[in-house]
Amino acid sequence: MIITNIETVPGKTIVEHFGLVSGSTIRAKHVGRDLMAGLKNLVGGELKGYTQLLHESRQQALERMIEQARQLGANAVVNVRFSTSSVAQGAAELYAYGTAVHVK
Amino acid sequence: MNNFLFFPTLIAMGYVVGTLVEKRHYRSIHEREKKFLYLPAVTMKTVTHPDQKVMSAELVCGSAVISIDYFKRLLASLRNIFGGTVKSYESLIDRARREALIRMKEMAGDSTVIVNVRIETSTIGRNANKKGVGCLEAMAYGTALTLEK
Repeated sequence: MIITNIETVPGKTIVEHFGLVSGSTIRAKHVGRDLMAGLKNLVGGELKGYTQLLHESRQQALERMIEQARQLGANAVVNVRFSTSSVAQGAAELYAYGTAVHVK
Repeated sequence: MNNFLFFPTLIAMGYVVGTLVEKRHYRSIHEREKKFLYLPAVTMKTVTHPDQKVMSAELVCGSAVISIDYFKRLLASLRNIFGGTVKSYESLIDRARREALIRMKEMAGDSTVIVNVRIETSTIGRNANKKGVGCLEAMAYGTALTLEK
């Protein structure tokens, strides 16, 4: 599975389009992490717990998108975009979408 | 009496530790940016290399969540009264973006170039729905191309 965020896969040609595929996940962090982040907020700096959490969630959203593309019979996803939105207090939605294609 | 001492202590702690953390972070950012000079990240969609074939293309991304210290938050809220440039937030966003770019480059490994780089920022955390910025996330992603040598 080739994933790119440009319109084509360089060095290959697209032979078939399968349309839009997307994957999303909504995550909340647990109280312990929230408490630590609150303390860290006093002195500033990087919040490693949050970085880790968001990275993992984004990977999961990508996985779901790839799974959907695989079911359609695609072997590449082009023009992938990410977006983030906070749906509820303390929870964030990570969303990934792209176009599933077959390349040769 | 306790309350009178509590806030000045927080502010002083925020100032001292926050400044130290920021200085150390900038030093490490400069160091790693020098290390990754061989790997350009561009916002163009394609690169033209007439006689080099593209071996592989893959999506790479990097992100960082940075929070502001208590002292700077106070400065920023004071700044809100008079208006003008909020320097303390500028350095916060700058750090987050550069850190995200560096992490993206780390993920790319020994690729030749990263094309179509996008940077996204979003505020997260408890204050995300309110006016105040608690902490913010910067995320950079692009396509890493490996060209034939």
